[in-house]
Amino acid sequence: MNKTVYLDNNATTMVASEVVDVMQPYFSELYGNPSSMYTFGGQVGSALSNARNQVAELIGAHPNEITFTSCGTESDSTAFLSALRATPEKRHIITTRTEHPAIKTLCDSLETMTGIRYRITRLKVDSEGMLDMKEYRDAICEDTAIVSVMWANNETGVIFPVEEMARIAKNRGVLFHTDAVQAVGKIPINLQENDIDFLSLSGHKLHAPKGVGVLYVRKGTMFTPFLTGGHQEHGRRGGTENVASIVGLGKACELAGQMLEEENTRVRALRDKLEDGLLTSIPKALLNGSKENRLPNTTNISFEYVEGEAILLYMNQLNICASSGSACTSGSLEPSHVLRAMGVPFTAAHGSIRFSLSVYNTEEEIDFVLEKMPAIIKTLRDMSPFWKDA
Amino acid sequence: MWEYTDKVQQHFLHPLNVGELENASGTGDVGSLACGDALKLTIAVDSNDVITDAKFKTFGCASAIASSSVLTEMIKGMPVEEAAKVTNEDIAEKLGGLPKEKMHCSVMGREALEAAIADYKGAILPMVEGEVVCECFGVTDLEVIRAINESNLRSVEEITNFTKAGGGCGKCEDKLRDLLAKTLNEQSVIPVTDARPKRMTTLQKIKKIEEVLEKEVRPGLKKDGGDIELIDVDGDFVTVSLLGACKSCNKSQTTIKEYVERKLRELVLETLIVEEAN
Repeated sequence: MNKTVYLDNNATTMVASEVVDVMQPYFSELYGNPSSMYTFGGQVGSALSNARNQVAELIGAHPNEITFTSCGTESDSTAFLSALRATPEKRHIITTRTEHPAIKTLCDSLETMTGIRYRITRLKVDSEGMLDMKEYRDAICEDTAIVSVMWANNETGVIFPVEEMARIAKNRGVLFHTDAVQAVGKIPINLQENDIDFLSLSGHKLHAPKGVGVLYVRKGTMFTPFLTGGHQEHGRRGGTENVASIVGLGKACELAGQMLEEENTRVRALRDKLEDGLLTSIPKALLNGSKENRLPNTTNISFEYVEGEAILLYMNQLNICASSGSACTSGSLEPSHVLRAMGVPFTAAHGSIRFSLSVYNTEEEIDFVLEKMPAIIKTLRDMSPFWKDA
Repeated sequence: MWEYTDKVQQHFLHPLNVGELENASGTGDVGSLACGDALKLTIAVDSNDVITDAKFKTFGCASAIASSSVLTEMIKGMPVEEAAKVTNEDIAEKLGGLPKEKMHCSVMGREALEAAIADYKGAILPMVEGEVVCECFGVTDLEVIRAINESNLRSVEEITNFTKAGGGCGKCEDKLRDLLAKTLNEQSVIPVTDARPKRMTTLQKIKKIEEVLEKEVRPGLKKDGGDIELIDVDGDFVTVSLLGACKSCNKSQTTIKEYVERKLRELVLETLIVEEAN
């Protein structure tokens, strides 16, 4: 197979051709500024509101609750800092040990910041990557300003019970944020039916381009902009709108809504086929994370006694793309904080590979990967001083 | 993605000498699963103390595998005494360089070689001694000091790149900073005890430069059919003329700067600037 087999859709996705098509005019003939008074700009403005409706529709929100940003990270920081300003007297934050760096690093810096310092509770996870709800309930206190918990984990696909957690937070009068970058478009989300105050999503994870994101802010929630400036986005985010990408994101959300069922049936079946195949054909291969509470597209498998970067580079020779939680792939010296939080032994964490699928993957591709992986793992194990052929 | 040289890729995708020698004369076992890389090197040594064969087994990333593979190629046919002098820089150089964050992979190669040679000689490794400074990766102060001296490390970050120390929880950072300061302090004492003076008269300079050109530079150039002549020394400016094959060589500028100037700076005076006569 000469074609690239792309199984790294939790990292980024292909921009859908329908999305590219709707974006095209906004680079050339429709270049007006949506803030302008004349029709030439006005029609661009209506394209933005159309996109806003499409996004709102996918996550069960009101269009006025949608603010376009430049990325998921910006949405996360905006929500956090807005919540902290809303309750300046509170100095406690609750989050988890398996958050994406966008939240993890933000919390680390709030903890060590000079001047105002925040106390951070990082909730533990068990060996399946799941939270202890008692620990969560006990952690909330008078001083808690915000709870931020990811909807689904980028490395393992494990889904947290954020709706239940948001309800608990609401009952205690605490703001709740969720980084839903990995969840939107993969599982059904309806914000009208829960108590989440802030939700972040990112365009490039659901077949829209890179450089566009969304922050959902529930109506009635106190809000302070992160980027101040012009009156764009109803004064919630300064800066001229990234029109083409926003239009693209709207279309991508519409498509995601239409494909949600396929994602949870055909894609899930392909993922299961890949996972079952690898676990049976390769000895000493272990699944990381809960098998039940999981995104339909993600599987994270550890191949013991071999190292992840080496596996990825051998896969790269066959044009198969995936990710690893090994230390060597990141440039740090320790394996993924998510796998370590789950207590995955080092022997397995260094050899972990994440496969993440999309609706564009085919059965032929999965068969190809299933055919090639055993030999790759065997080659590297034959080289490994720890591998004793059983 | 890492920028690996073709040489690294080649040794990683098609590693040489994978395996374990039966009845090995010496075995070097370094690293661990927890650390994310480990290397078992076995060598065969003949009665003349020459390494006749070497094989490796490595758990680790592309750089670790490539470093191991190239190391076995380097030491095959080498007398043990010579192999003992192979440094991690030599290994990295043979691979056309490694990303700086991956230098510890070449250090692992050198450590395994040292361990295998010590095993062959029945000696105890000095590295086993010393006090552990980095608990996460089990790195001792002696290993850190050695890396600072051998690879001219100048920061804690560089120490981590070369030895992994400090790359885990980071609690030993202060200790590493102290070790670095102490070691650098000791280094700067060395030049004073060295015979190389900081100031020289022009006559002393000319004499010394002539001596170095004769002993260190000329033999290398003559091998390629060239030669060198000292024209003038004015302060720190040294004017030379390349002769023979070197004269018409389009790399003459490189020869002067990378070879002649480097040697003279190293062995005569650090401030010297070498130029070619018009």
